[in-house]
This record gives sequence, C-alpha cells and structure tokens, in this order.
Amino acid sequence: MAARNVDDTRSSAMLKALEDQDTTVAFDPLENTMILNMGPQHPATHGVLRLLVKLDGETVLASVPELGYLHRGYEKIAENGTYHEFIPHTDRLDYLSPLSNNVAYVLAVEKLLGIEAPSRAQYIRVLVSEMARIASHLVAVGSMAMDVGALTVLLWTFREREKLLDVYDVLCGARFTTSYARIGGLQQDWTPQCTAMLTQFLGEFGKDVAEVEQLLQNNKIFIDRCEGVGYLSAEDCVRMGLTGPLLRAAGIPRDLRRDVPYLVYGDFAFDVITAKESDALARFYVRLAEMKESASILRQALAKLPTGPYNAMEPKRVLPKKERTYTKMEELIHDFMLINMGIDPPIGEVYQAVESSKGELGFYIMSDGTGHPWRMKIRSPSMTNLQALPLMLKGGMISDIVAIIGSLDPVMGEADK
Amino acid sequence: MNNAEIVEILKRHVPASILAVEEFRGDLTVVVRRDDIVRVAEFIKTDSSLAFDLVIDVLGVDMYRPEERFEVIYIIYSLVNKRFLRLKVRLPEDTPTVPTVTGVWPGANWHERETWDMFGIKFAGHPDLRRLYMPEEFEHHPLRKDFPLMGIPDSLPLPRR
Repeated sequence: MAARNVDDTRSSAMLKALEDQDTTVAFDPLENTMILNMGPQHPATHGVLRLLVKLDGETVLASVPELGYLHRGYEKIAENGTYHEFIPHTDRLDYLSPLSNNVAYVLAVEKLLGIEAPSRAQYIRVLVSEMARIASHLVAVGSMAMDVGALTVLLWTFREREKLLDVYDVLCGARFTTSYARIGGLQQDWTPQCTAMLTQFLGEFGKDVAEVEQLLQNNKIFIDRCEGVGYLSAEDCVRMGLTGPLLRAAGIPRDLRRDVPYLVYGDFAFDVITAKESDALARFYVRLAEMKESASILRQALAKLPTGPYNAMEPKRVLPKKERTYTKMEELIHDFMLINMGIDPPIGEVYQAVESSKGELGFYIMSDGTGHPWRMKIRSPSMTNLQALPLMLKGGMISDIVAIIGSLDPVMGEADK
Repeated sequence: MNNAEIVEILKRHVPASILAVEEFRGDLTVVVRRDDIVRVAEFIKTDSSLAFDLVIDVLGVDMYRPEERFEVIYIIYSLVNKRFLRLKVRLPEDTPTVPTVTGVWPGANWHERETWDMFGIKFAGHPDLRRLYMPEEFEHHPLRKDFPLMGIPDSLPLPRR
C-alpha cells in the first residue's frame, strides 16, 4: 500500500487510510516521498512489528516503529499471581529461548529471598541457558539469511535446533513452553539420557556450523546485502541503550556472564565475541561465533556437572516433589501453603539481569512482603534494541529493511510483554 | 568501586539533591529530589569515575498511598565500573510529572513512553510522548493499582462487524 502525490485527491484519501490515530507522519506535497506501511502481519518482521516508512524513491528517509500488537499485560498478571504462578508466563516472553527466561526469573526471585540453588542446579541452569542461546541464535542466523534470500540456511539451522528441542523434551516434557526452572532449584533432574543426546548434538554441531559458514561466507549476494548495512556507531549503540550481540558487534565487550557474574559462569573459560564493523554482517558473525563459545561452555559444564540435590533445602520457599505431597504430611502442608499463600519474601526491591541471547534480560521485583509481587518489571532486550531501528534504517535502501530487522533479531513476544 | 564509594561521590557533589540512600541485597537505590533528576543524571553520566552511561530501564511504580503515590525508577549501568545503580524519584498523585532524561540518555525514550502509557506519569520535555503499547484513544493507565485486572468494559473500541 502506498500513497504518491501524483493524484492529489487519491493520495490524500490513501494517506488518511494509512494514518491512524496512533501515528502521524508529516506529509509535504512538494516532496516526492511515499509512505509505506510494513506489518504488523509481514513475514520479515519476525512477529507483529509494524513499521511506517517514509521513502524517497528507494531510500528510507524516516521510519516509525509501532509496538503493542502482542501486548498481553504480563506485568499486571504478575502482580495478581504468586511468584510460582508467573514461571510459565516467562516462557511466552522470548519464545525462542524459554529456558533462559525461566532461569532469569527464578534468579531474580532467589535474589529477593536471599537463597541460592545447590551447585548441581546451578550447573544445569548454565547448561539450559547455553542450549537456549544456541537454539535462539540458530533461528536468528537462519531467518536473517532467509530474509535476504538464502532459504537453505534456515532449513539447516532449524534441523539443528530440532535436536536441541528434543533434549528439552526429554529434560522437561515440553519442546517449546518449558517452565523448567523453579524457585530454589529445578522442576526435575538432568538425566544421563540428556547428557547422551547433548553430547551427540555437540559432536555434530561444529561440522554443521561450518557448513552454514561455508554456504554464506563466500556468498556474494549475502555479503553484498549485509555488509555496511544497518551501521550504528558504538557511541550511538551506548546512547540508545543497546545490549547483547548488537553492542558486541559494535566493539563494546559487554557480557553480563563475565562482567556481573551470576550462576557459576566464573568456572568456565569462554571468550566474549566482539566485532568492529557494527553492521548486519558483523552481527551475523558475532552470533555464529557465540554459538561456538556456548558449545564450548556446554562441553565444560557437562564435564564438571556435580552430583547432589537439585533443589535447595528451603521447605517454606521451594515446592516439594509432587509424589511426596501425596504421601508425606509435611510436604502436603508446605505444598498447600506455597500454592495458596505463596512464598513470604522480605520487603524490598531487587533487579537481576542475565545475558540472554538477545541482550540483557532483567527482572525488577518490588515486594511488599506478601505472596504476590507489588511490582514486577520485565526489562526486555528486544524492546530496547528495536528503539535503535529508525537510526539504522535512515538513509538505507528499502530492501535493507528486512536485513536490518533480521540482524536485530527481535522477538515481539518479549518486546510487547 | 563499591556502593559506599558511589554514595560518597554523590554526597560530595550533589548533596542537596539526594533524599535517601537504600541498599538491599547489594542493590543500591538513591532517592533523588524530583526537580534535580536531570542534574543528577547528567552528573553520574559525565563524572569520569562513575560514568553511568548505559540506560537499562526506566519504570514506574504505583505505591497506592496517600502521599507521593508514584515512583519512577531509573536503572543505569556503568560500562567502566560494571555496576548497576538505581535512581528513584517520588511523585505526588495530583501532579505526576517529572523532567525527562532523554536529553542525557536518548535510550530512555521508549521506557518513558511505556511509563506514561502504563501509569500516566508525564515526562516534561519528552520529544515524543505517545503511548507505546495501548491505543492512543485509550483513556486509562492499566498498571495503576485502581485499574481492574479484568479491564474496564467498553474502554477499548472493538471493530464493528
């Protein structure tokens, strides 16, 4: 849909149809500009992102992203439920890496409570977080290549991701909406079968990533469409508050796993991947290299995985095992109280952030001492990263839009909350 | 640099702007006078030893109390010191307005829009204070505590058949 100023009456009627009350786009009849509406239902916007783009020929003059098409009011829901009840909702934030969202949320609640999961649980949490990062980056890499025309890569990366989803399935009974982490521990233990499946995946993974790299690194079309596209200077990245692979692709080595350590990331040797170019291609290569680092962390974590309990001994905070609630009096009472009244946290406010695949995922919790959070704020990386989209699009070509959105890797479930 | 050092620098340079300092689980929160928020923001960003340059989040809280009902919390990160800091401003119910910090951290733009959308807190001087998630014609602010969980009937116009 486009409005040109060739025919005045027709163009003004079309423009009126395009402009709704949410968005006002200045329209100067003397300029040969065109306003294009992209989304919210568009295959290249990775969900329901809507963009209004002002074009001069093929050049983007300005753009206005519109959010809110997937807004479900999770922060309001969180205020009206117990702390345990919110765990399944975290799956639906960044639905490409649900496992690391679960971990981020329970870490925030544990920080509020002042408890810590046992070391085996912490290692398993590292394992699932890195598996989630690989799965999410596989989708990001594949869909970005698909957006600029290389469909094969998407099929190959989805094939690899499928193997990880199979591990999720064995681990927690679900491939997508995992709800795996629990306050003070985990839903169930890591099994030898998971180790076997993950080891097999890791054995094949290096070869598969190399295949993807081979397919793209000498691909003239792919390089031409990504190199120098969507450039944003390092200063601007910091000014706009970008995090994650976008900031690292601009040469700023910020990785919360190393800078503000959480879980047991201090036990592993890994590199923080950076690039200097800060364009779509650099972001693509940062993600590829990060997957290899994650695979290395996974290997180290599997080798070091300690034995022991996977839930903290905090009966008034941690849910008991379900089969014990059927046979043991104490567990039944605790289960009843935890489900109906919730945990009793101290009064206070905490902010806990983790390095998720998209950037800094943080949960701010303000507690008034009851079983429900008084305020819960989800700091979602996708929303903040999308903020820089108009800066990246400005001056580019219309065909670059899909490459740039692909390089941002937004997930609208998270951006809209 | 630890929390005590941050507080000391703040107390040395902007003593009149700081109303209280809270610490819980190692997280530092500095309560700032409402009119001084831009000055404090400018200071903690430009001071070379603090250098809080990355805006992480701006959020509102409805405390639902008779005085100073709203709070606005700024979560800032320092790339040099690798530390988080929270600034907090308390606002009365009748004039929930606070100067914008988009001049200091442009990345606060959408966070302030979201806070306006959800709480009706106005950011004076904001370049583009539209709602972020809800439609512009929506009259309420859903994350206020007096907004019911199930919503208000007929508050959102639905498409006609």
